Amino acid sequence: MTAILDITLPARAPFSATLKAGQIMRIIDLEGQQAVDALFYNAQDRSERYSAQDTLAAQASSGGPYYLQTGSVLRSNEGRAMLTLVADSCGFHDTSAGACSCEANTVRFGHETRFMHACRENFLTELAKYGMGKRDLVSNVNFFMNVPIRPNGELTVDDGVSEPGGEIALRAEMDVLVLISNCPQVNNPCNGFRPTPIRIIISDT
Amino acid sequence: MLDLNTLTPAQYRARYLALQEAARRRAATALPPSVTAPQPLEKPLKTETVPPGAYVALRLKRFDVLRITNDSGTPGAALFLWNADDVSERYNAGDTVKLQWTTTLTTGRVLFSDMGRVLASITADTSAGHDSIIGPNGPAQAGTGANGRDNLRLAGAKFGLTRRDLAPAVSLFSHIATDETGRFQYHAAAASGAMVELRAEQNVLVALSNTPHALSPVTAATGPISIAIAHRPPAEDDLCRHFTEEAVRGFINTDEAFS
Repeated sequence: MTAILDITLPARAPFSATLKAGQIMRIIDLEGQQAVDALFYNAQDRSERYSAQDTLAAQASSGGPYYLQTGSVLRSNEGRAMLTLVADSCGFHDTSAGACSCEANTVRFGHETRFMHACRENFLTELAKYGMGKRDLVSNVNFFMNVPIRPNGELTVDDGVSEPGGEIALRAEMDVLVLISNCPQVNNPCNGFRPTPIRIIISDT
Repeated sequence: MLDLNTLTPAQYRARYLALQEAARRRAATALPPSVTAPQPLEKPLKTETVPPGAYVALRLKRFDVLRITNDSGTPGAALFLWNADDVSERYNAGDTVKLQWTTTLTTGRVLFSDMGRVLASITADTSAGHDSIIGPNGPAQAGTGANGRDNLRLAGAKFGLTRRDLAPAVSLFSHIATDETGRFQYHAAAASGAMVELRAEQNVLVALSNTPHALSPVTAATGPISIAIAHRPPAEDDLCRHFTEEAVRGFINTDEAFS
């Protein structure tokens, strides 16, 4: 494996990159319990983008769970395969709860949290570089984030189950623009109340 | 002054657990029928029947009430909403379930936008469930027949919107729940005559499609749904506006835009 890119993304930081079809992106949760918010766009036509509902509907139809794990195919709003989760040490990644925002934080945690950093600020910062904006934000994937949906309907953010050094690998099935927010949230347990750096490696195999 | 950027992990955890406990207490408390009974819908401004496979694009003013009745027990109806005054603000499925700590959308709950504001309140509901995790069907389930994804896009197009303007949607009249193995199970379509009522809390654009849920074994609508619209501002002691502390904060954000 020869890395095309190998970086450590600081705690709370945004990132974006374009993957060619067939390339692999690895994300390593260096210190454990770090949520990594991610969004994906067809690099050739960015109005085709990741769709959590297309992904979960297809997965549920084939008997799969409500969360992402090895083998999960991340689908677009046209139902097409964008990426496949080809390796995963964690076994549970959320795609129902969305990304934190300053505005949602005021509702969930009180107006005193309004000016704290949030994932959607990171996403918008990266999207702006591509001439995109808020209309391009949809429900995302939260790698390493533990969001159980219980049979009684309850949805919470629980303590992360990702160990230090935990790793996922995604294979691009089309050319994709990838957006990452190394989640800054401290008002719930998604980052163990202590955001930490992650490592991102992109390679041809 | 409380500096939220410098609390210890233990202090953050204590704040989170207190909020979670309040949400669980709220979810476990059954409301008496006297509180949840639908109010009469007097003098509707508009009524319409939506045939199987069809859709409507509606414009509601703040405090208009939209009553949707599943006349025939068809397995789902797709729904999406935008703020009519700024269509970049739109229904946000993730925030709706996360901010209310539940995927169970029924009387008393609200539909949040991406801006921490309420687009609509669920003022009445006699259905067995509505789903915003898996959501409406698409061509993958419906084949060449009418489907929720395309109908929501068509309804959006009537307001000049494109597929960029859609995001995860709601499938009304769809009872699904996770089981102990982490799989979503589709339980049943709503009964004939099931009704859900939404009150617009902003001026909103509504896309409503008479098409099934993505997991419905019946992939085409089996009968009509009907709608009725009336104007009914909330009373002082309105349930939805006071149901949870999260809703109270969401309405502070919402009402600020109209003050």
